[in-house]
Amino acid sequence: MNKQRKLGRGVAMVGAGMSGFNMFKDRDSKDLFTEAFVEMNASVDKGLDPNDIDALYIGNFTNDFFAHQSHWGAILSDSLGLVPKPATRIEGACASSALAFREGVFAIASGFYDVVLVGGVEDMSKESTETVAEGLALAAIPYERKAGFTFPGVFGAIATAYFERYGASREHLMDITIKSHDNAPLNPKAQYKTTIRDITRSKIKRAKEKGSAVPDWSDEKDFLRDPIANPAIAWPMHLFDCCPISDGAACLLLVGEELAKHFTDDPLYVAGIGQASGRGLNTAEDLTYFEATRYAAKEAYEMSGLTPTDIQFAEVHDCFSIAELLHIEDLGFFKPGEGYKAVADGLTRLDGEKPINTSGGLKCKGHPVGATGAAQLIEVWEQLRNKAGDRGVPIEDLRIGAAHNLGGTGGTCTFTILERR
Amino acid sequence: MADRPISDYQFERFLDEDKLMGARCVGCGALFVPPRAICTKCHRSEMEWVETTGEGHLVAFTCIAIGPPAMIEEGYDRNNPYCSGAVELTEGPRVVARIEGVDTLHPETIKIGMPVKVMFLQQGAGESRKTVLGFTPVDKN
Ligand SMILES: [Zn+2]
Repeated sequence: MNKQRKLGRGVAMVGAGMSGFNMFKDRDSKDLFTEAFVEMNASVDKGLDPNDIDALYIGNFTNDFFAHQSHWGAILSDSLGLVPKPATRIEGACASSALAFREGVFAIASGFYDVVLVGGVEDMSKESTETVAEGLALAAIPYERKAGFTFPGVFGAIATAYFERYGASREHLMDITIKSHDNAPLNPKAQYKTTIRDITRSKIKRAKEKGSAVPDWSDEKDFLRDPIANPAIAWPMHLFDCCPISDGAACLLLVGEELAKHFTDDPLYVAGIGQASGRGLNTAEDLTYFEATRYAAKEAYEMSGLTPTDIQFAEVHDCFSIAELLHIEDLGFFKPGEGYKAVADGLTRLDGEKPINTSGGLKCKGHPVGATGAAQLIEVWEQLRNKAGDRGVPIEDLRIGAAHNLGGTGGTCTFTILERR
Repeated sequence: MADRPISDYQFERFLDEDKLMGARCVGCGALFVPPRAICTKCHRSEMEWVETTGEGHLVAFTCIAIGPPAMIEEGYDRNNPYCSGAVELTEGPRVVARIEGVDTLHPETIKIGMPVKVMFLQQGAGESRKTVLGFTPVDKN
């Protein structure tokens, strides 16, 4: 039963585009996805006739709740002028568009379609923060909701279990936050493009101008330790451990491998693809790792014949700082209990041996939940095709990158390995 | 009580009666709290209710400053956070619950591994009144 999986037909990525990620009061899901589609279309080196798209798979978590509108498959097919092409909406919480990507891959691998548009969209910011929090909690485990857990609360509890087991502390999570903020200014699409150092400086400057008490933060961690500047949301998760509320869309063009050269001389190939389900705090195997991340990674590694060492850089689902720490261990980049030391040593920074979240991560790039999985794959696309500009991973012969997406509190995880041949 | 269906609804009715109940697989003996109608270890479906001791130890927790509407209504906020946690019962299963009787403004005083015992919290009023599973540190005196 535990067979090594493979695609019946190779699948290539030949185009990618995304909207900016931010809170857009004046733009809805149609506007955002259209922006992503236009950029995707322009990214196809040898051109794309949109009429050649056979089908769409659209990830969306809960626009039903956030924007009082569902049925985004057909609505987007119409707004992009692709009717009567079939369009299917996929829901997998914050992993929705990674699941849409998988459906597109399978549709091509089966031989049924040749050219498929996959992506995702989320329009979250029109409601109050409280309502958005309620919407996100729709993906929580029912028992956890009844016990008062919020999303940050579940990840906070996981952090306490990890700290206890391995002797890590909040100080190590700060290294992750600081790194994400250092990468983000290099990403024009990022929602928050300011380093912690610059946030600190501007707050001090503003205090001086206003003549109010000037904070005496000695460095970035000193700022993050300040309970006024960085209040607890769900201890030990503080404000700067949490990703923001974002609107945005992202899409990718997938084609059968043998067709790729019609679209570009520089396609990426799907080397490995894994997905797994996980459990909540009450029945998880252990509280110091995400079992679904481990199983998804195992599947993708086995399919690709690659090992964690082969992955030159990765986007991982850092909805909360602690999540990034667990994932870099669960994906095999570092041993259990060693991840926080690797982060402290700078190994996951842009110039480290295993750059993680070069985009700024969900923390700074933004997290329009249904678009996130696709947007992570776009970061891999841009890096592997040397289009990432100043945040380009400084490794010669960049060839293999990966994206890890998580839904809910770990109920759905995916791991996708892309390769440039 | 043995003939009640195995369900979350009945689990919560037991909470109303100050009982923390689980379901045990008649086939392999695996215990589930809250209950499961089938055994997720051996997939047999013959399950029976058993009452737990309600004793265990804390394995993870968080002190929540920004809670959902129901908790805000109870008076919890930034200045008065509440604690939610995971408790491993003496019988083995892990349950998630509210943790009472701890200093949520000084979370560093809350210790993983500390022994706790069950308590049954009343939340809401009137029609929406319900019993919520809670635990509190065991008084060592
Ligand atoms: Zn059994």
